[in-house]
Amino acid sequence: MAKEAEKKDIDQYHYSRNLDNAVQYLSFALGKEEYGVDILRVQEIRSWEPVSRIPNVPCYEKGVVNLRGSIVPILDLRERFNLSQAEYTPLTVVVVLQTGDANKTRIMGIVVDSVSDVISVDKTEIQSAPDFGAKVSNEFINGLVSVNDRMVMLLDVDKLLKLEELDQDEN
Amino acid sequence: MSIDMSQFHQVFFEECFEGLEAMESGLLTLDMGDIDSEVINTIFRGAHSIKGGSGTFGFTVVAEYTHIMETLLDEMRDGRRKVTQPAVDVLLGSVDCLREMLTAIQNERDVNSSSVEKHKAALEVVLNGGSAPVESTFPSEQQITSEEIPANDPLNKDEEEFTAFEEQGWKIAFCPYLDLLKTGNDPVRLFRELNELGELTTIANIQDVPGFYELDPEECNISWDLKVVGDISDDEIKEIFNWVEGDCEMDIQPLAKTIKVSSAVKETGPEPIITAVSPNNPGPKSAEVKPKPITEIKKTDSQDSDNEVAKTTAKASSIRVDTDKIDTLINMVGEVVITQSMLGLVGENFTMDKVGQLKRGLAQLERHTRDLQQSVMNIRMLPISFVFSRFPRLVHDISSKLDKKIVLKLVGENTEVDKAVVELINDPLVHLIRNSLDHGIEMPADRVAAGKSETGTIELKAYHRGGHIVIEIIDDGRGLDKDKLLAKAIEKGLIEENNLLTEKQIFELIFMPGFSTAEQLTDISGRGVGMDVVRRNIQSLGGNIEIISELGKGTTIAIHLPLTLAILDGQSVAVGDETYIVPLVSIIESINITERMLNKVAGKGETFRLRNEYLPVIRMRNIFNVHSDNPTKSKEGVLVVVEGQGELCCLLVDELLGQQQVVIKSLEANYRRVEGVSGATILGDGSVALILDVPGLVRFSTR
Repeated sequence: MAKEAEKKDIDQYHYSRNLDNAVQYLSFALGKEEYGVDILRVQEIRSWEPVSRIPNVPCYEKGVVNLRGSIVPILDLRERFNLSQAEYTPLTVVVVLQTGDANKTRIMGIVVDSVSDVISVDKTEIQSAPDFGAKVSNEFINGLVSVNDRMVMLLDVDKLLKLEELDQDEN
Repeated sequence: MSIDMSQFHQVFFEECFEGLEAMESGLLTLDMGDIDSEVINTIFRGAHSIKGGSGTFGFTVVAEYTHIMETLLDEMRDGRRKVTQPAVDVLLGSVDCLREMLTAIQNERDVNSSSVEKHKAALEVVLNGGSAPVESTFPSEQQITSEEIPANDPLNKDEEEFTAFEEQGWKIAFCPYLDLLKTGNDPVRLFRELNELGELTTIANIQDVPGFYELDPEECNISWDLKVVGDISDDEIKEIFNWVEGDCEMDIQPLAKTIKVSSAVKETGPEPIITAVSPNNPGPKSAEVKPKPITEIKKTDSQDSDNEVAKTTAKASSIRVDTDKIDTLINMVGEVVITQSMLGLVGENFTMDKVGQLKRGLAQLERHTRDLQQSVMNIRMLPISFVFSRFPRLVHDISSKLDKKIVLKLVGENTEVDKAVVELINDPLVHLIRNSLDHGIEMPADRVAAGKSETGTIELKAYHRGGHIVIEIIDDGRGLDKDKLLAKAIEKGLIEENNLLTEKQIFELIFMPGFSTAEQLTDISGRGVGMDVVRRNIQSLGGNIEIISELGKGTTIAIHLPLTLAILDGQSVAVGDETYIVPLVSIIESINITERMLNKVAGKGETFRLRNEYLPVIRMRNIFNVHSDNPTKSKEGVLVVVEGQGELCCLLVDELLGQQQVVIKSLEANYRRVEGVSGATILGDGSVALILDVPGLVRFSTR
């Protein structure tokens, strides 16, 4: 317990020291991997509930749900990243993210295994993702950062939720 | 008296635009040779209320301008001036000019003074050309003054206009003491009475009005310069002011002699405001004089051209609703409240024997809710005449520009359609009508040569069909030339040379971007943009557009649009474990079938024979890739016969669930378009169901 408190203090210290450069991320787990999204993009965190399937779309687009009167699509990040599929359990959560520019914002949910933490990251500490060649798609990854020796992959929300390419496929 | 007038601006502008429309349609009727004093009266009233309103709100430029129009109209009304085509044209131009001015003011842009001057000069030429008693030096003077000081000191002009056009009347300097109001006298009432005697113009001198914090609302700090025009006796005026004699200083003089004096008086007042009391709505307007300098209208030389489409800034949109509709709505709400309280009573001490009562109450609630929903939707419905009424003018202008003789017939103007549709359909319609005018109808000589009457006809027709509104633009012009269209398409490389196209497909070519067969560009149409935009706009409204044409006989363009964009009567159907909504309007019938009633075609496609007609069958399970634990069910199912864009087709679903009204939610807001799906809705249990896009589904399945 004491250790944790100490760690928190250090985090706090980091946070206040680099107020200008600090960005907060919400971190979540997909299997053993840890990802982060800009916390300002997170609208809410919900538990998984059954969706209405949309016909003839990629399998990672699970479907749509009713979020207080708006129809919100839900994407499964595991399937998006070609990770092994996981059973949906009561612990499975949906992170509702906002994307888009000033003209039009969209809301989408992503299914993740669990949310872990809010981390403060100094912008200067973010490393760019290494290039794995064509084998691994890192187009959604903004950068890597290590928090307490764990590697967290920071996701680019706009790219992640961009579906335009699919519209073009359709045509 | 310090009322924030800007809150009334929106209403004022709406009224003005309505007035302008009335004037315009009136003028167009005059144009057709039928000189009716009632029509002139309508036009006059329109001009008059605009003048009155704009004076009240301090839009002096508008007030002045309308005043000149009014003078001309007044002479026409009294028969002192003949209604001639040039005069009507000038008046029509003035309507445009006014509209431009008002739009500019509404959008807080500067009024294009040069165009105003141009129209004003034209009006004055007409005025001078007649028998009206006008000073010969007047027009040039007018122009000089307005160019130098168009807004800041418009009163000189106004004064001169009055003296120039009207001979009889009184000039009254009315200077009440501070405690006038405490004696129970209301200047507004006086003005109203004066206005009954003759046309009244009031100028309020408000330089003595203290700042807001020192203002005592019970004191009258305003003095007025009044002008009453008309054949009025001295005694009549005095009688009106009889009651206030001891409470004010006043000076009554015949009008003609006071020009110089009154100008001098006015110069002392830095912020005077003209208020014209119109006989239609006297009273309150004249009272609301605001102690605010006239800043709305600035001197400008803005470069807006005459026909620049006014770019409207973001503004609160509003809607005018029939009071009957509101009354129904209020009744409905009352009913719902009663039902709700009844249910509350039942629920308070609930025992099982009250179940019947509860059920009755719920049924009632359901009915009322539905009615309520319907009346709310009704409020959004506007007659299509809101759009149609603009076209007589358009046709009039363009046909005279093109030297064609064209009659526009409007049919079904009272067909009601959702406000959103009304707003969005205007531009496409304008485009289509311009096309008909320019390309469709031939020149009179060509028409006679083709054995048709010299005058072309364009019919604009609106009617309901199913859940759609259909708008047709029918012309009896030259029609579309299929061979020419094909040749052009091949020349432009839009299609391959040896493509076989059906008639319908050929006509559809004109919706391709960059396609125009017009030999030469005119400023009306012919650039080959447009038709693709028209189609896109209509499709974005959930509608479609169809062309039927016969060479030499004419063209009919039919636009099908949904009545409302918000609510839909739907039939829920089950496909596997999923629920979909089929729009009720597209369902013709539903049939229980078993597998063996379907016929295979070429091993793949399936058809169903319905009363000697073979209809294609779309298996919803297959097309939507529905996986279900319960495949036996597909051996039998329900065939829903639907119509999509004129074609019949059967959807094979597992079960019909029920009919309900559903609120259409956009999938695209957060997601994207999905083929075969037009939207989504939220069911009673909070889950989402997709609404099928029947025409899209038919297209999708045939691919």
